[in-house]
Amino acid sequence: MGELPAYAGLFRMRLVRGLSYRAAAIASSVTQFFWGFMLISVLRAFARSGGSPLDDGQIASYIWLQQAFLVLGAIWFRDGELVRLICSGDAAYELCRPVDLYRFWFARLAGGRLAATALRCLPILAVASFLPEPWRLCLPGSPAVLACFALAMALATVMVVAVSMFSYALTMVTLNTQAGFLFVAPVFELCAGLLVPLPLMPEGVRRVLEVLPFRYAADLPFRIWMGSIGLAELPGLLAAEIAWLAVIVAGGRLALGAALRRAEAVGG
Amino acid sequence: MIAVENLRKTYRVKKRPAGLVAAAAALVRPRYDTVEALRGVSFHVSQGEIVGYIGPNGAGKSTTIKVMSGILVPDSGSCVIKGRVPWKERKAHVAGIGVVFGQRCQLWWDVPVIDSLDLLRDIYRVDEAAYRRNLDELVSALDIGGVLGQTARSLSLGQRMRCEIAASLVHAPDILFLDEPTIGLDAVSKLAVRGFIARANRARGLTVMLTTHDMHDIEALASRVILIGKGEILHDGSFGSLVAGRGDGGVESAVADLYGEMGIA
Repeated sequence: MGELPAYAGLFRMRLVRGLSYRAAAIASSVTQFFWGFMLISVLRAFARSGGSPLDDGQIASYIWLQQAFLVLGAIWFRDGELVRLICSGDAAYELCRPVDLYRFWFARLAGGRLAATALRCLPILAVASFLPEPWRLCLPGSPAVLACFALAMALATVMVVAVSMFSYALTMVTLNTQAGFLFVAPVFELCAGLLVPLPLMPEGVRRVLEVLPFRYAADLPFRIWMGSIGLAELPGLLAAEIAWLAVIVAGGRLALGAALRRAEAVGG
Repeated sequence: MIAVENLRKTYRVKKRPAGLVAAAAALVRPRYDTVEALRGVSFHVSQGEIVGYIGPNGAGKSTTIKVMSGILVPDSGSCVIKGRVPWKERKAHVAGIGVVFGQRCQLWWDVPVIDSLDLLRDIYRVDEAAYRRNLDELVSALDIGGVLGQTARSLSLGQRMRCEIAASLVHAPDILFLDEPTIGLDAVSKLAVRGFIARANRARGLTVMLTTHDMHDIEALASRVILIGKGEILHDGSFGSLVAGRGDGGVESAVADLYGEMGIA
């Protein structure tokens, strides 16, 4: 644990830095409000055609949570400086520091992502919970639900950062600022419930997606908040999530190591 | 302190053929050129030495520095620094050396310099009292007290380079690698950087290996130069003996003559 202050320090640095991007956060919150209203209207129209497992209030709640926590789950939300560092080959110079590169970048990315989310989620959550019915965001049923939501969100952050690490590894191989993210982002966001709420997916698709790891990044915490996943189901789900995390982190480490060796072979 | 023996490194570079047909063929079956960056490089450096590592562009200077910094793994040969092989025990190795790459920024780009330095303190696990003492010394010696609160991106090149050098010495290493530390600097900053390196060498016994194209850096600092060309060591000795008898057109033209004569220019 002797190295912990280094990773904690970098995390804090990116968090503080990220919290200063106020204008970007305001612009993004406004956009997400309009986007949220549009999505709610569209999904409600579909739901009216019959057989929707979510009622109007639940649709609104799911979408507002989705919009509030969009940048927490969105793979396309990336650390521009790190991408620049990788594409210019300067990332290799990070190896001059006596740190584990995976953990070092993990701390950095987690800090940046949390800062961006903190700035955007509060205004959206605050306004959405005062909208008239049936546009209103419902409140968590009890303090215990809120606590479980917070826990699931913390694990969701770890999940997203661990998955995004594959994008950075791909960036190192392709040396293109976009490619690594274009591959991973759409699949991840669709499967996580960041585009269409998972409960509205066709039955067969939904069953598959509920087994895959992506839903833990968005769908699970949202449904804990809404009360559509009860606290009794949580221990099993979180255990599965942690098992997935172990696999994804191990895979990400291998991918980053392989990408680094490759980057070096071409003289970076 | 530093023992490099018969180091070899080859890069594989993808060929980019001209013409549409050849480019299409390369999509299916890429072809590679090999570039021999190091062809059996050997030298030893003792503690407290300042060694100038010179040679034309593309000679293999930076590759050597990268191998010694643990960033790059050579194809063959050995490199032992303070009893460690850099690429095998990377973390332990880099904890004991300082590195500055003149063409790269190693400070965190968008935060105040002091925050970068504080983070380096945590990374290298320097205790607070030693850090304060060391930092005060570096800040006054490099005259960067006024810019610590600014972000690295807002600094002039000369200010940034001085901050980079301070950053490389926060953990009080006894070896410092400088890859073109004076590139692009104005006269004042160059003199400040040279003066600082000379003092640090005398006062702390800092071992320094520096690459440069500015022969005045070498004249001012290095009693010993190693000349590399096309991946091979061509001279290892005093700078005076290297340029002796090459007229009085100054050191720049003497070195240019030398590169031409050796066929490495």
